[in-house]
Amino acid sequence: MTININWFKYSSPASFYPLAGKLTPWFFVAAALLGIWGAYISFFVAPTDAQQGEAYRIIFIHVPAAWMSMFIYVVMAFWAGVGLAFNTRLSSMVASALAPTGAMMTFVALWTGSLWGKPMWGTWWVWDARLTSELILLFLYFGFMALQAAIDDPRRADKAGAVIALVGVINVPIIYFSVKWWNTLHQGASVSLTKSPSMATTMLVGMLLMALAFWMYSIAVMLMRLRCIILERERNSDWVKDLKERQP
Amino acid sequence: MTGPRLTDALRAVAGRDLLSAMRHRADLLTTLIFFVIVASLFPLGVGSETALLRLMGPGVVWVAALLASMLALARLFASDYADGTLEQLVLAPHPLTMLVLAKVAAHWLASGLPLVIVAPLLGLQFDLSADALLVLLASLLLGTPTLSLIGAVGAALTLGVRGGGALLSLLVLPLYVPVLIFGAGAVEASAAGLGAAAHLSLLGALLLAALVFAPWATAVSLRIAVE
Repeated sequence: MTININWFKYSSPASFYPLAGKLTPWFFVAAALLGIWGAYISFFVAPTDAQQGEAYRIIFIHVPAAWMSMFIYVVMAFWAGVGLAFNTRLSSMVASALAPTGAMMTFVALWTGSLWGKPMWGTWWVWDARLTSELILLFLYFGFMALQAAIDDPRRADKAGAVIALVGVINVPIIYFSVKWWNTLHQGASVSLTKSPSMATTMLVGMLLMALAFWMYSIAVMLMRLRCIILERERNSDWVKDLKERQP
Repeated sequence: MTGPRLTDALRAVAGRDLLSAMRHRADLLTTLIFFVIVASLFPLGVGSETALLRLMGPGVVWVAALLASMLALARLFASDYADGTLEQLVLAPHPLTMLVLAKVAAHWLASGLPLVIVAPLLGLQFDLSADALLVLLASLLLGTPTLSLIGAVGAALTLGVRGGGALLSLLVLPLYVPVLIFGAGAVEASAAGLGAAAHLSLLGALLLAALVFAPWATAVSLRIAVE
């Protein structure tokens, strides 16, 4: 039996708006449950690190935030690119809705990294490869948002934002490796796919649960922001005027 | 096909831009003097110890060159956008990517090359050795065209946009980071006796990559701007 769902139906803002409204609470619930479970494992079950003591537990926030900051940039560039190539309004709106969340994740990663650096390295900031490229990623997010905010015509803002997001996504690896060769102090990647994890399994489970919670949260917030953007852009259309939520 | 050939069109575009740059010599000089002033401010800020200056020299000259070439970017498309020339370029029968390349080349000859030529003088202020000066020259020669190419994308995106200048720097400066690292790194590596070949090769690679991608992205951005 095949289920026939017309996915293209949801590429129209008018039909995606109610769907986004229905999905948002589910993603929030998923984020809360995963977050509570992950936080419990991270702070009560996971063992104290032999070298770093209790302070290492900040990585349960830091690493998921850093993962999400990079992942969201790629997703944002992907949807912006789809919007540019196929001229679909909703894709570009998704990209605009993702940018603030991505910037926030980048900021959280930098902030927690600096909190972790103080007890470990004895300094709030080092010009280490990953910290520096994360900082530049934050600038790229700011550039994307500032460019979109400066252009009044939403369609032009979408397309211009798409170009800068795609240019950025090509540049992120180049920036990363250039900064890495420039200087590196950072400990090796905590989780690697090529070799067995160098950490206890409970720590890994806690980190993955937290990453999933961050992921669900990002989707929920993105959907909320997307609904606002849709309403703002389509405020003159009939379907917005007929929305039940607007009826007195 | 009748009408001008591509090579003629490219020569016409580049020639016109160079001529117009020569007629506005004051603009070019302003960028150049900005470059010299910024680099001269650093010793005043951090003190005139020769050892410190020698260490900082390559980085300071590179950062100053980066800022100066960014300042010059605003001129790349602005007047063409204002007087409608840009629309004619977009409508022209030749590929916009190639025309953009001609414009960027002319822009670099007018505003990038002078920076490269003046840079060794600034290097002398920082007491760089003769070898270091040569490497500085080579790294700027390879790096500044990349800056112009990347900057062209930002210049095209910010055409006619509110707060263009500050926005342009926000868009373009993060993308300049690799060029800065390898450019200044080349001089530092040669000063440390490691040889600059690796850094210069990477700068060349960045230039080639920018030559392929940047004119295309600039052309897309220009179409968006004149739509």
